[in-house]
Amino acid sequence: MGQTITQKILAAHCGRERVEPGDLITAKLDLVLGNDITAPIAIREFEQIGVDCVFDKDKIALVPDHSTPAKDIKSAQQVKTMRDFARKYGIANFFEIGRVGIEHALIPDQGLVLPGDAVIGADSHTCTYGALGAFSTGVGSTDMAAAMALGECWFRVPESIKFVYYGKLGRWVGGKDLILYTIGKIGVDGALYCAMEFAGEAIENLSMADRFTMCNMAIEAGGKNGIMHVDETTLAYVKPRAKRDFKIYASDPDADYKDTIEIDCSKIEPQISFPHLVENSRPLSEVGEIRIDQSVIGSCTNGRIEDLRVAAQVLTGRKVHPDVRLILLPATQEIYMQALREGLLEIFVEAGAAVSTPTCGPCLGGHMGCLAEGERAVATTNRNFVGRMGHPKSEVYLAGPAVAAASAVLGRIGGPDDLDGRKPGGDRR
Amino acid sequence: MRMKGRAFKYGDNVDTDVIIPARYLNTSDPAELAAHCMEDIDADFVKNVRAGDVIVGGENFGCGSSREHAPIAIKTSGVSCVVAKSFARIFYRNSINIGLPILECPEAADAIKTGDEVEVDTASGKIVNLNTGLSFQARPFPEFMQRLIAAGGLIAYARERVKGRTGPTCDGSPRCCK
Repeated sequence: MGQTITQKILAAHCGRERVEPGDLITAKLDLVLGNDITAPIAIREFEQIGVDCVFDKDKIALVPDHSTPAKDIKSAQQVKTMRDFARKYGIANFFEIGRVGIEHALIPDQGLVLPGDAVIGADSHTCTYGALGAFSTGVGSTDMAAAMALGECWFRVPESIKFVYYGKLGRWVGGKDLILYTIGKIGVDGALYCAMEFAGEAIENLSMADRFTMCNMAIEAGGKNGIMHVDETTLAYVKPRAKRDFKIYASDPDADYKDTIEIDCSKIEPQISFPHLVENSRPLSEVGEIRIDQSVIGSCTNGRIEDLRVAAQVLTGRKVHPDVRLILLPATQEIYMQALREGLLEIFVEAGAAVSTPTCGPCLGGHMGCLAEGERAVATTNRNFVGRMGHPKSEVYLAGPAVAAASAVLGRIGGPDDLDGRKPGGDRR
Repeated sequence: MRMKGRAFKYGDNVDTDVIIPARYLNTSDPAELAAHCMEDIDADFVKNVRAGDVIVGGENFGCGSSREHAPIAIKTSGVSCVVAKSFARIFYRNSINIGLPILECPEAADAIKTGDEVEVDTASGKIVNLNTGLSFQARPFPEFMQRLIAAGGLIAYARERVKGRTGPTCDGSPRCCK
């Protein structure tokens, strides 16, 4: 019996020829990550272990991206804890405001995670990096603390579920729509404890941005990791960024899967995930009339330059609906600069949108766009739980950037095709 | 360890955002976090909970973010154990790592109602509903996790791991900090 890519990477990192699903192993790590919410607890725990240095100062990344730029005094203290720790232990990969970005866009862009790596991050969306053919999973602060001291982490080797995507994607359909559709099909615990292996011709035709978006949301189906194979697109992304060697792994043809699910992409419309569970996804044509107060385009899921380009395409020459606040958050400084150079930021500001410095802010109801009681937002973020973007009686509808941009113009949830025939200038009622 | 308390029962997919909303994540102080435990799913929880009480959940308890603030808030609120049909994986490992007892037992999660007096033996996994007299057996933990739990959580386990090293752990190499 062959092995899956996930098994092979884990086996290589615990010094074995092969591992089986269900095995409890201790694996060596190539990167340990934390943010300003999770790292302060990890640092407190680390100090109790009784070591006087970290396992490898170049394999730790500290990214203050959640409540930053510091939204209040307590948040400033949290970042200070990280900054002081980074200085004390010589950790170079601490990213200061003005250089920082949302961790799951920043870390791969900086070449800090490469194919074949084993990575943990004290953030649930650490599964994003599976798009590079790496094993990458979210853990808590205590795991991060132990890993910073020991350079290893315990894992239960997961079963893998294979998702095979085929067919041509419709216009305005992207990685976000594929993953929302998939979670709608299998449920929020449909891949509990499992590796989600995304494959098929439709995946091969996706950009890296769309691939990151899909792996990013593996956790929303309960998955341990999302993973994809390395191809030309991956290498074109990785090679200019890599500062060390990496190894490419691939699933054997006779690898064992818990399940194989085939998905015909040609039938998938833009998807909207209704409150308060990600699995409540529906095709755009079945959404009905849902008026919105806010639209958010950004986050570790959809804050990349490709996402901003889609938004700009929809917003060019149009105005945000008078009843709507549109907030765009380029995910990193590099993406911000690129958007600036391409003239995208001008399109956004002309349209009447707010453009924010990179931050997770509104995605988790932290700052930079929280919702009041009874308000409703469409967002390119990854969660629509009760109170996720602010007041417990507010609502979040998840979508891709095309729908989020079009909805901001329409004042209700809709797609770019609903704007056709409508004069640029927006719906003034 | 044997614990006794009243049950607070919730449904499937109790997420970490309702266990401890992100608006309170600008602190890692356990007492401050506990003061807002379960706030967005049960605003009266903090008022009503007493030491020893038990949270009972459905499928996928603790889904969502990796915030360890969630099990910390629950533990510090006085809850002695969480019983659920299944746990989301990060919440599961966080709970074991910090020493919050959790038990996976679909039968108990179905049968226990809010307000029931429950006795839980976290070592053996035996759960008794004292109101009905019915008892349940939770799934045992794998041996490795039993060792982690017995050691007192992951930090204590890590401390054991580095104990054998003599002198400073820093070896002065470029990967090291000094």
